Amino acid sequence: MINFTTEQLNRYSRHILLQDVGVEGQVKLCRARVLVVGAGGLGSPAALYLAAAGVGTIGIVDNDQVDISNLQRQIVHGTKDIGRSKVESAAEAMRAINPDVEVRPLATMLCADNIMEIIKDYDFVLDGCDNFPTKFLVNDACVMAGIPFSHGGILRFDGQTMTVIPGESACYRCVFRQPPPPDSVPTCSQAGVLGAIAGMLGTIQTAEALKYITGSGRLLTDTLLSFDARNMDFRKVSLRRQEDCPVCGAHPTITELTDAEQTVCALK
Amino acid sequence: MEITVNGVVQSIAAAEPDLLSVLKSNKIEDPQMVAVQLNGQFIESSQYAETILSEGDVVEFLYFMGGGSR
Repeated sequence: MINFTTEQLNRYSRHILLQDVGVEGQVKLCRARVLVVGAGGLGSPAALYLAAAGVGTIGIVDNDQVDISNLQRQIVHGTKDIGRSKVESAAEAMRAINPDVEVRPLATMLCADNIMEIIKDYDFVLDGCDNFPTKFLVNDACVMAGIPFSHGGILRFDGQTMTVIPGESACYRCVFRQPPPPDSVPTCSQAGVLGAIAGMLGTIQTAEALKYITGSGRLLTDTLLSFDARNMDFRKVSLRRQEDCPVCGAHPTITELTDAEQTVCALK
Repeated sequence: MEITVNGVVQSIAAAEPDLLSVLKSNKIEDPQMVAVQLNGQFIESSQYAETILSEGDVVEFLYFMGGGSR
């Protein structure tokens, strides 16, 4: 059992007050390890709220530098951070919010060769990457390693997310078999995104991570939540594990990881 | 006939509408852009043209959304 200091009891008092979290739940949070993929629009609010929640170890992986065009939505970074490594910039902001947490900035690009080695140290993965090849890679690796994760995607005024418990609930490939053809689906850098959409979706994903760790509520498993913020329409679509899923099905055809072409990166 | 598309009831004039034409009438020009559930079952994109809808069918278009960072 962790013995909280008076300062920690105060810091986490609003969690401790919650019946579904309490001291026990806060202890779980303080012992939990979460990996945030991407220190961008979704990763920014995720990194900040995970740190504020006292999640014991938070890894954040991104190989980019902060650009002025990021600042409209990537709120973990500030104007002074332009040109800096995104993960270093994020780590500084996270430590400033909560010096209790161990932040691990990983300035690398997730690929088939390194993802298993990176994710094995974490209890939950929060996907906030910006391209389909990495989204599919995160799904496949998490399914193979049995690590729960949250998928998230945003575009214009829209967002979507689902939580995957490998072996129990539908995975991303149960819904989307393979990455869409290059150029068929626009990216945020091509089509734009309302800045606050990133906050809306990133915090939903973070709430899922916190719920998973504390065992509270019902997760977005077997469910795709999507919203259109133009009219603030939220919808949940029920999903089922697909027996013929190429990665989590009865007879998987994807049994090792490969790097798909980074089509989205090429469009930068 | 009436079918439900993404939670909204739509009237279809055709007697035997196929899934592909319903996609097009919902402004989904490239069928590869979505995953499609019909009454809770995923339909392969190669089957869209051959899948005939019936009264009361529930269709969900699940869009690819890849953004997050840049």
